[in-house]
Amino acid sequence: MEQVGQRKIDGLWLTVVGIAVLFFLILPTLIVIPMSFSGASFLEFPPTSFSFRWYTAYFTSSEWMSATKTSLIAAVLTTAIATPLGSLCAYGLHCSTPRIRNTAQILVIMPIVVPVILIAVGVFSLYAKLGLNYTLTGIVIAHTALALPFVIVTVMSGLQNYDFDQELAARSLGASRAYALWTVTVPQVKFSIQTGAFLAFITSLDEVVISMLISGGDNATITRRMFNSLRDQLDPTIAAISTCLIVVSVGMLIGVQLIGRGKDKTK
Amino acid sequence: MSVIELQNASTLKSEERRERLTFLGLSMPAVLAILIVVFLPIFWLSSLSFYNAAGEPSLENYARIFESALYRRTFVVTFQISIAVTVICVLLGYPLCYWLTKVPDRTAAILMVFVLVPFWTSVLVRTYAWLVLLQRNGVINSSLMSMGIIEEPLQLAHNLTGSIIGMVHIMLPFLILPLYATMRSIDTDLVRAAVGLGSSPRGAFWRVFFPMSLPGLFAGIVLVFILSLGFYVTPALLGGGRVQMLAQRIESTITVYSNWGAASALGVVLLLLALVMIWLMNRVFGLDKLFMR
Repeated sequence: MEQVGQRKIDGLWLTVVGIAVLFFLILPTLIVIPMSFSGASFLEFPPTSFSFRWYTAYFTSSEWMSATKTSLIAAVLTTAIATPLGSLCAYGLHCSTPRIRNTAQILVIMPIVVPVILIAVGVFSLYAKLGLNYTLTGIVIAHTALALPFVIVTVMSGLQNYDFDQELAARSLGASRAYALWTVTVPQVKFSIQTGAFLAFITSLDEVVISMLISGGDNATITRRMFNSLRDQLDPTIAAISTCLIVVSVGMLIGVQLIGRGKDKTK
Repeated sequence: MSVIELQNASTLKSEERRERLTFLGLSMPAVLAILIVVFLPIFWLSSLSFYNAAGEPSLENYARIFESALYRRTFVVTFQISIAVTVICVLLGYPLCYWLTKVPDRTAAILMVFVLVPFWTSVLVRTYAWLVLLQRNGVINSSLMSMGIIEEPLQLAHNLTGSIIGMVHIMLPFLILPLYATMRSIDTDLVRAAVGLGSSPRGAFWRVFFPMSLPGLFAGIVLVFILSLGFYVTPALLGGGRVQMLAQRIESTITVYSNWGAASALGVVLLLLALVMIWLMNRVFGLDKLFMR
């Protein structure tokens, strides 16, 4: 009897802690949304009046708009380059010998685990020699290298669940290697490729530390402007921008999940 | 064995070799991009650390790390914060993951959204939210004051406390994801068997479930610790200039003092620390398992 009581207390304690931690994770993430609709000229929570003034401030500021444009173009280009390159790399590694694969896997995963400040400083000094600092090209190249591991890792895990004999069957029936890859393999790992593309986009859009050093002037990214603005003062316009960023990343996350529902279940 | 068969064998072999090269070729553009953008500059930076200001080879930069009180303090603060953040993440993350294994699968899948949404939300956005929450007249201070718990607002932002709170929030999903994946793969029948054989539920947890969850816990701990060691954004903003971790020190050494040698030496130490951790994690958990979602 005593043990049952003890178990109930343990269970209750666990539930309370679990729920508390979930709230700790989600509430600060979402608190900026109600704040962005505040009518007050300073930050207050809960907001006492409702208005779109911070959204107006954001969308009419030429500085913020130019930074948003830079970030979006960089993210789209990064996705457009990193997704095909990463997917091809994953396919190539999947088909090579285990020894090459294992070595390459560790190499390819490095940009995720090496402290990003080191990559940032390194890229900054490399770009100083090449004259790529403060250029869109520079941002896209750096972000592509950072996004590639995410694409490679997701596509490789997709390929692991894919029955490779299907491609061999297509080829034995006369399809060329490229044709078999494009019409048999790619459609079956489409969801992994889409997920990889989503990760590449978010990686580029949210990247702060490298952009802080290598972007600027007309080509400052939105994260660079936000970082500098946050260092000085708490401008409520940031709440409106943050809400837009949350909507973009969560919206894309949901989109990818919805598109992928029921797909890639090749196992 | 006829001549034709031998010829066939050698053709097949050369074809196989050619095919392998093609696959390697497919991987090359991505691998090269990573090598040139990530590896090359870091190697070049590392080499800078072995030259003094006059351009002669020396270990001056490393000697300074050990001699200068400023750099020593940076290392101490970095380790203190990283350890504190890791410990708090374990204390918060482990019970949450364990609880998630006890609720029905569907509920757990929905509750994981509470972990994934912050995970995919920009670090800047979340740091901004904490700046607002923790400021002098922020939500936390004003609610504590209206409840009569405190008289004066607490200093929560622009110091060590704020940096740690913000970092825990950013790092927690990195602990939860590998730990939860490991816990889900544990066969709970084993725990039930232990209870059936006379163990107390607590004994079964500590002697059966907990040891099996250790690989995931270890992967999470290493991940959080590495990321904390080199973390820049949150301590730079929530620390309000009072908290100087390694990453901020490296950045300011270059952008403010233009001392590349000193900054690279700090960078090399940070890199070595990270690589040792990654190696450890690879041994225990396997890096390739990290990103299987």
